[in-house]
Amino acid sequence: MTRISVTVDGVSYTDEVEPRTLLVHYLREVVGKVGTVVGCDTSNCGACTVHLDGRSVKSCNVLAVQADGHEVTTIEGLATNGELHPMQAAFHDNHALQCGYCTPGMIMQAVDLLRENPHPTEDEIRQGMEGNLCRCTGYHNIVKAVAAAAGASERSDA
Amino acid sequence: MTAVDDRPTTEIGTARRRKEDARLVTGRTRWTDNIQLPGMLHLAMVRSPFAHARINGIDTSEAKAAPNVIAVMTGQDIADIQGVNITAWPITTDQVNPTHLPMPLERVAHTGEVVAVVVARSAAAARDAAELVDVDYEELPAVLDLKAAATDEVLAHPDLGTNKSAHWQLDSAAQGSGGDVEEAIAKAREGGIVIEREYRQQRLIPAFMEPRSTVVDPTGEQVVMWTATQAPHVLRFCIAATTGLPESKIRVIAPDVGGGFGGKLQSTPEEFITLAVARKLGKPCKYTETRSETMVSAHHGRDQWQKLTLSAEKDGTVTGLKVELLADLGAYAALVGGGVPVLGAWMFNAIYKFPAYQFNTTNYYTNKTWVDAYRGAGRPEATYAIERLMDELAAEVGVDPLEIREKNWIRHDEFPFTTVAGMTYDSGNYEAATARAKELFGYDELRAEQKRRRESGDPVQLGIGVSTFTEMCGLAPSRVLGSLNYGAGGWESASIRMLATGTVEVVTGASAHGQGHETAWSQIVADRLGVPFENVEVLHGDTQIAPKGMDTYGSRSLVVGGEALVRAADKVIEKAKPLAAHMLEASVDDLEFAAGRFTVKGTDKGVGLTDIALSIWTGHDYPEGLEPSLDADATFDPVNFSFPHGTHLCAMEVDTETGATRMRKYVCVDDIGVIINPLIVEGQVHGGLVQGIAQALWEGAEYDEQGTLVSGSFVDYTLPTTADTISFVTDHTTSPSTSNSLGTKGVGEAGTIASTPAVVNAIVDAVRHLGIDDVQMPCTPERVWKAIQSAGGTQDAAPAADAQSHFGDGAPNQDPAAGTTDGAAQ
Repeated sequence: MTRISVTVDGVSYTDEVEPRTLLVHYLREVVGKVGTVVGCDTSNCGACTVHLDGRSVKSCNVLAVQADGHEVTTIEGLATNGELHPMQAAFHDNHALQCGYCTPGMIMQAVDLLRENPHPTEDEIRQGMEGNLCRCTGYHNIVKAVAAAAGASERSDA
Repeated sequence: MTAVDDRPTTEIGTARRRKEDARLVTGRTRWTDNIQLPGMLHLAMVRSPFAHARINGIDTSEAKAAPNVIAVMTGQDIADIQGVNITAWPITTDQVNPTHLPMPLERVAHTGEVVAVVVARSAAAARDAAELVDVDYEELPAVLDLKAAATDEVLAHPDLGTNKSAHWQLDSAAQGSGGDVEEAIAKAREGGIVIEREYRQQRLIPAFMEPRSTVVDPTGEQVVMWTATQAPHVLRFCIAATTGLPESKIRVIAPDVGGGFGGKLQSTPEEFITLAVARKLGKPCKYTETRSETMVSAHHGRDQWQKLTLSAEKDGTVTGLKVELLADLGAYAALVGGGVPVLGAWMFNAIYKFPAYQFNTTNYYTNKTWVDAYRGAGRPEATYAIERLMDELAAEVGVDPLEIREKNWIRHDEFPFTTVAGMTYDSGNYEAATARAKELFGYDELRAEQKRRRESGDPVQLGIGVSTFTEMCGLAPSRVLGSLNYGAGGWESASIRMLATGTVEVVTGASAHGQGHETAWSQIVADRLGVPFENVEVLHGDTQIAPKGMDTYGSRSLVVGGEALVRAADKVIEKAKPLAAHMLEASVDDLEFAAGRFTVKGTDKGVGLTDIALSIWTGHDYPEGLEPSLDADATFDPVNFSFPHGTHLCAMEVDTETGATRMRKYVCVDDIGVIINPLIVEGQVHGGLVQGIAQALWEGAEYDEQGTLVSGSFVDYTLPTTADTISFVTDHTTSPSTSNSLGTKGVGEAGTIASTPAVVNAIVDAVRHLGIDDVQMPCTPERVWKAIQSAGGTQDAAPAADAQSHFGDGAPNQDPAAGTTDGAAQ
């Protein structure tokens, strides 16, 4: 077992974990952040996407021990003071989710996409989100939501 | 009651944002795998690596000795209580059915079948120990190919003596709904047109995003099962029918369920094994599958060979259609199983006025994963076949594909129309949907561009694909199901509880898993009872809360469950009426109900429904002989199916030098009757479209010669991504259904049913001038390229050494490695 200290959604945790433990399993089973989910076993689906020090990662592709000393943000830590993050609001407004299973990963990836490229074209959104699979929406409204969130931040920039 | 100024005048038709989203966008979710119970144990399955093998012995000693392992069980250990995975639809009374034990004792019949289960204190410990279970398999010959199965040379189940499950026929002459198809074809051979084709419906994997998970708590008076299912009520029935556990002792809960598309309507071996293990150990148990386990063990969809003969007069007027299907059921007859191809029987004739028709399906077992309903279930297969054939007929006659359709379709003034298959379509307007779709698509301009590209010899050719689909959904009138030997009814149930403080609880027997019922049902009830949308709470998916239901599949929830809801609401109003009369000191005959209030005609006297609810809750003052309650239940058994339709137009660019394809534009105009929530409808259409497009272009479950599923993960089973897809143009025409009071038709499966032939028709249309009339699905670049090469239609017979992609950056990506062979299914 290895001792790690990780800040998750603003709270710091210290735990003993097996070195092989994936970050996603640590988040779900030890910290109780079950908002982050597992959709595959080959790193294809992106359902487990979280932010590690502000950058999106597939948390099935990171060992818990690699997060030692780092800061993790999950879907559960995205809203502040009861206010939805603009991306969460955009997904709701644009009906960018149906069953909602891919949604946490989609939103975390979309937030990081706009951090890197605040004003993406539709093609750039489509390229930037291709690591996250959705089976319900056909992506149409997800792309629309990301574009809407970018537009909203553009308006607030002006 | 507070008045809200911006409230819409009617909820129905309003694009309400979904109630469900609040928890789903914040991670406040209740997936089955999130559930933790005190002392809960974790299961890992040991699965067969062989397609067909005898189990000569299972050595569990090493696994039992592994750290934190509590038990290892085989089929023998749970044989007395494990139950059976039954089929609900033997399509004939003499259908041959292999017994499907959740955990077989003697023989496995497909790769991935469970032979042992490890129970440990953690999921990781269970999975580690599962590696230590030593199974002595004696490999048996496996039958993998559907056409080979039909020869009975190798048997999937030797004890059955045949691979044939059943043959089922619908013949228009025999049932009196039309003429003799053989006569029609014979006549057309003399002086008309006969189109004969064989199409392949490849095997697909539903691939819902949430892997299946089951938690069973056997410690209470009732055994409680939480499970990722579309069908908690059906599952409870199946458990009670086969495990010896009384139905009243089982509570099944479908908490948040992450998609299904038919894939979660099954009663699964894993659910039954988890139940049996929990009962044996007396401890809560959880099983959550890996994605790789989903792919090989959750049921697959489609998988047919379709032999089709269409006859027509020289001018393209259709005279007959004969359908002969071979359908692969996989290793076992699943819940709907053999009935899936039968669901297509009434749909091959589609929107066209065939005077003679015959449908045949012969279902076979193979040593592959079982096959059952996948979004559309039987109807996508039918629609694909007929919409491909109509394009072939148009090409033969030498007219536009839309012209040949218009010549043969049911005109809007001919509804209600009884088809050659014997179905009565209540309403529709194919002319209106088609006109609107052509306009949105820019049909004539794209045809002109296609002509220019042909004439200039552009290496990138343009094709336009048409699909004027209809489908039958809203399963189903119970008497019809009975006549088809189906094991259950098709009704749905709803209850409304008027709470004392003015809010309303709605209980529905439909079990949503992403469809947005909580929102749409609230809109219906808000309108009907005149209560605020926010004050309606929709409860579902728990057999203790919603004790009666037939669940969610077959685009049935709104057209059947929604009507049950309307009827329950109307009963509430009827029950409230004498109470209102009592409170207003008026005659019942003088009362009117509107916008949540009873008023006395011609006066300003009135009382609100919620005020009546409070009054009757106190019970202090109500007429003698009346029941002190407004609550009501309703069960609705539909009188007919629902028949949505639409016109879908797809433009595909095909690079004739590389075989790569690119979707340029997709327009669909669907007629699904009255729309409750346009936002939810758009979402259903978009998602449906992409699943159908994915069948046309990317997806296929591929087996090797040993019966191993080689597309057994998301690496190899290529679900489309954002980068593969485009944004769609969608619109609607409205022909209200006449078989339910809301006028609604189903929408959940429409996009999937319609889009597959639109895409393939577009690809074939792009290269038809090269002498190509078919490309087998999925139409990968390799298949398209090979079709072009074998047709000899390019300038150079050999592949051009300098062939380059002609698409710019950002073009939808097509994985050239995806689904390039059809493996053993060939």
